[in-house]
Amino acid sequence: MGMTITEKILAAHAGLEHVEPGQLINAKVDLALGNDITAPLAIQEFKKLGVKKVFDPERVVLVPDHFTPAKDIQSAEQAKILREFAREQGLTNYFEIGRMGIEHCLLPEAGLVGPGDLVIGADSHTCTYGALGAFATGVGSTDLAAAMVTGELWFKVPATILFRYHGKLQPWVGGKDLIIYTIGQIGVDGARYMAMEFTGEAVRELSMDGRFTMANMAIEAGGKNGIFAVDEKTKAYIQGRLKRDYRIYASDPDARYAETIDIDVAKIEPQVALPHLPENARSVKEIGEIKIDQVVIGSCTNGRLEDLRIAAQLLRGKKVHPEVRLIIIPGTQKIYAGALAEGLITIFIEAGAAVSTPTCGPCLGGHMGILARGERAVATTNRNFVGRMGHPESEVYLAGPAVAAASAVKGRIAAPEEAI
Amino acid sequence: MLIQGKCHTFGNDIDTDAIIPARYLNTSDPGELARHCMEDADPTFAGRVKAGEIIVAGKNFGCGSSREHAPVAIKAAGVAAVVAASFARIFYRNAINIGLPIFESPAAAAGIAAGDEIKIDAGKGEIVNLTKGETYPVASFPPFMQELIAAGGLMPYVAGKVGGYS
Ligand code: SF4
Repeated sequence: MGMTITEKILAAHAGLEHVEPGQLINAKVDLALGNDITAPLAIQEFKKLGVKKVFDPERVVLVPDHFTPAKDIQSAEQAKILREFAREQGLTNYFEIGRMGIEHCLLPEAGLVGPGDLVIGADSHTCTYGALGAFATGVGSTDLAAAMVTGELWFKVPATILFRYHGKLQPWVGGKDLIIYTIGQIGVDGARYMAMEFTGEAVRELSMDGRFTMANMAIEAGGKNGIFAVDEKTKAYIQGRLKRDYRIYASDPDARYAETIDIDVAKIEPQVALPHLPENARSVKEIGEIKIDQVVIGSCTNGRLEDLRIAAQLLRGKKVHPEVRLIIIPGTQKIYAGALAEGLITIFIEAGAAVSTPTCGPCLGGHMGILARGERAVATTNRNFVGRMGHPESEVYLAGPAVAAASAVKGRIAAPEEAI
Repeated sequence: MLIQGKCHTFGNDIDTDAIIPARYLNTSDPGELARHCMEDADPTFAGRVKAGEIIVAGKNFGCGSSREHAPVAIKAAGVAAVVAASFARIFYRNAINIGLPIFESPAAAAGIAAGDEIKIDAGKGEIVNLTKGETYPVASFPPFMQELIAAGGLMPYVAGKVGGYS
């Protein structure tokens, strides 16, 4: 009986020939990640155990990206715990303010994740790295602590849902629209405890940035991981970045899937997920007049260079609507520098946008653009739960960078064509 | 394991932002987190809940972020157990890892009303609703997880393996 790419990676890391969905295994991890919210708890647990050293100082990655540059004294104290632990353990992959980025943009960019890897992160969007053909999943702080000690962790092998995307993408439709549409189809628990394997000619057409966006939101369907097959685009991406050996795994033709879902992308228009769940997917053209107060373009979902290019295409020579605040947050320092070199930052500033240093910031209602009571935002982020970006009575509409930029110009949720 | 207490009920898809909003995540102090437990789902909850009481919710409880602060806040608020139709996977892991008792039972989630007194008997695999006189089946944990739970969570289990907590 064949195996899926997810099953093969898990089997290899558990030293097993074969694994089955539902099987509990103990597997070696190639990389363990924590951030300024989750790592302090993990470090506390690690220290309680009385262990002196992490399993491998090159494979424990700490990124202070959520409440940084520190938004208040308590956040500064949290980030300080990471910094001190990184120094004391001699971690090679601690990323300081000014040299960092949002973790899920940063790790692939820095060449820390490769095909066939098993990565755990104490952050739910760790699933982003599945775009590289790796098994990557979010865990909690205690899991991170255990992995830091032993370099291993327990897993339940997930069953896989196979998604096949057929046809040709419409203009302005990208990875974000495909994944919002998909979550709209299966619901926020449609892939609970399962692997989501994304295939088909339409996703092969997507750039790596578009694939990261899709894998990033697997968790929004309850998925354990999202994963893509490795192709020439993947290889071109890791070329010159990844310093380690890697192994390419592919699903067998006779691999077993819990379900196969076929999606015709030709009929998918730019999508918006209405408050307060990512499954409330609609075509931007069918939602009517919704006035907005703020637009956020950034996050680990859509803070990459391709996203900024799309936004700039719609903002060039335009002005942000007088009643709207547009906040743009490049995902990493490299993306920021790239956007600067291409003239995108000038376009944003001339349009009247605020451009920030890389941070999660408003995505989780941390800082840098919190919403007041009754305010509405369009955001390229991944969650629109109650209170996610600020006041419990504020609203977040999720969309891709094209809809977000067009909406910033129009002052209401708008289709990209309307802003040209 | 026997747990008996009064129930507080919640709906489907209660996310971790509702359990503990990010605006309180600049600390990991359990007592502080407990003060804001379930705040964006029910702002009165933290003030009303008493030690030993039980949370009962619909499907996909704990979806969203990986913040362990969510089960930590619930545990620190004195909640003895969470019963739900289903749990999101990271919350499920986190709860087991920190030793917060959780039970999956669609029948219990549908049958229990706010204020009902229930008795959870993990050994027998059932939840008895003492107020309504109903009994619901509850799934038992696989042996490996029972081992984790018996050890008191993941870190005590790891300690056993590496000779820590000496
Ligand atoms: S950008 Fe948002 S979703 Fe991504 S890691 Fe940061 S807070 Fe989480």
